Amino acid sequence: MPDVRFEHIVKRFGTLSVLEDLNLTVADGEFLVLLGPSGCGKTTLLNLLAGLLDVTGGRITIGERDVTELDPSQRGLAMVFQSYALYPTKTVEGNLRFGLAAQKLDRAEIDRRVAWAAQLLQLERMMSRKPSQLSGGQRQRVAIGRALVKHAGVLLFDEPLSNLDAKLRTEMRLEIKKLHQALHQTIVYVTHDQIEAMTMATRIAVMDQGVIQQIGTPDEIYERPANLFVARFIGSPAINTFDATLAIEGDRVLARHAPTGIAIDLTRHAFGRRPEAGAPVVIGLRPEHFAVDGAVREDDAVRLSLPVRYSERTGSDATAFLEAGDQLVAIRIEPSLMPSLRIGEAMNASFPGEKLSVFDARSGLRM
Amino acid sequence: MSARAEGTAAALPPIAIPRRRRRIRGSSIAVFVFLTMVALFVAIPLYVVVVTSFKPIEEITLGEIFNLPVRWTIQPWMKAWNELCTGLACDGIKQGFFNSVAILFPSLVLSIAISSVTGYALALWNVRWANGFLFVLFICAFVPFQIIMIPLIIIVASLGIFGTVWAIALVHAVLSMPLLTLIFRNFYKDIPRELINAAIMDSGSFWRIFREIVLPMSGNIMVVVLILMITTVWNDYLVGLTFGGISAKPMTVILANSVITSRGEAIYNVNMAAALLTAVPPLVVYFALGRFFVQGITSGAIKG
Repeated sequence: MPDVRFEHIVKRFGTLSVLEDLNLTVADGEFLVLLGPSGCGKTTLLNLLAGLLDVTGGRITIGERDVTELDPSQRGLAMVFQSYALYPTKTVEGNLRFGLAAQKLDRAEIDRRVAWAAQLLQLERMMSRKPSQLSGGQRQRVAIGRALVKHAGVLLFDEPLSNLDAKLRTEMRLEIKKLHQALHQTIVYVTHDQIEAMTMATRIAVMDQGVIQQIGTPDEIYERPANLFVARFIGSPAINTFDATLAIEGDRVLARHAPTGIAIDLTRHAFGRRPEAGAPVVIGLRPEHFAVDGAVREDDAVRLSLPVRYSERTGSDATAFLEAGDQLVAIRIEPSLMPSLRIGEAMNASFPGEKLSVFDARSGLRM
Repeated sequence: MSARAEGTAAALPPIAIPRRRRRIRGSSIAVFVFLTMVALFVAIPLYVVVVTSFKPIEEITLGEIFNLPVRWTIQPWMKAWNELCTGLACDGIKQGFFNSVAILFPSLVLSIAISSVTGYALALWNVRWANGFLFVLFICAFVPFQIIMIPLIIIVASLGIFGTVWAIALVHAVLSMPLLTLIFRNFYKDIPRELINAAIMDSGSFWRIFREIVLPMSGNIMVVVLILMITTVWNDYLVGLTFGGISAKPMTVILANSVITSRGEAIYNVNMAAALLTAVPPLVVYFALGRFFVQGITSGAIKG
């Protein structure tokens, strides 16, 4: 199965520039998720790959084949659409067959593939129904089946789960992931949902304003965000960020948060470049890396004692919000701690230095 | 009022407060009167035509056009169908009926085929200069037939089909194309983009997508266009008169030739019956296809 390369892609709609000199390689068998907020260009990029939009400049190759000028049906792709886009006048079986009949395959091969997809996605009992007689989840499965039967080299997904309810979404997420593990197809998957990206991707490309902000495994993206945008976009509850100023005292590097006076010890932080005294920085602390109360460690880089403002429980997790000057610090806590929390009472917390992120406040880049 | 309320009204106050009757406003009276007058404007002549067609000629000569027939007869209808005279030939209006049918079908097939494909291409494919083309079509829809009549006759004659039903069908197809194309284009424009994208990725074929995906979804608009075209073609007089020559006169032309006669006596009952016979087919189409107007076929197909 082939890899996909975008080389110096430019896309403009009239005078509006959506993508400028974008480069991206999707490796063979990879599950790449394009993640970003609405209007970041991720769907445009997918449509360029599919051939539904024409590039203004640049080259797209699939395998060794330059597909930039090819028609969508000749690119060896299959796509699952957000609205499923099933053919309303055809039965489920007709929907699966349409793409194969167009490929001029012989009848036995078509029958074999349709039966395979029907069995894989448990569509057998609804083969003679029309799309309007199916539920949302069933339609989604038919749409995936319609893409799978084509045995395309690359499978494209355009926010396929956004019309499903939460429970079904979780199920389908797992199903798509299982399909990828079973079939090892190259997948390019567009979503604005970070949970989908984190759970399914082998690599994530985070996009904003037509630029790929960071590309990496879900772990890399989450633990070592390349810039403030990625740090803030990924994670729920969102990462805590503090504006601070760097200070160098002897061989120690400290970041001071002026409103609370908290000093964060960055001596052991692996800076990408030499820290300058007085430089404004933003410190990012993920809510779940805090240790609280009994678990507080004295040698951690950050130690806080701040009044609890409120707390909330979200199923398996609980979050406490502490007041730090004019902002709140979200800290993940054990739900069992919830009853012992007193609003207004101080809570002790610490944060290990190796987990924190430091960003240049001016450029937003990781330091 | 319920029986209970009537029986116990003296002892208990009624539980249900009767809804206050809505006052009829002055403006709605005016609208009502206007609409009634419009309806009568059509209904009264129609009534006269219908009763006259069932009267023997002796009753008509009395001149009491609003009276119901004393003696009902279907003789005028039979005569109109079988023996109505145009000029010297007295073959009835039936020849015109068959001519009209022979004109109708090729006209429908030709006009719908041309304009549905054009509308499909303009709505769903990237056609170069599509907007310019649409604008030209739009302008063409406003050009009166009479202006281009003589050039059209020359063109049709050079094709060697003048005076045949094919000439009339072709002219109908050409004249209706701007309007029908715009109708089809606007309908196909509402097909979800993703559906067409899916079809384009599955099969790049223009015709295959049209035949297998788009055409089966066109039921509603086909009914609308069918009704529109059947009425237009059936009721047309001028195109039939100009391009039909002698042998391919549609029903309307034969009717006019018989009724607008300057010699001999006017056989009113037969003329009325012939007029009604000519008017019936579009009515039948309205009643037969009207209910399909309401149904939507794409509902629920895209999102749940």
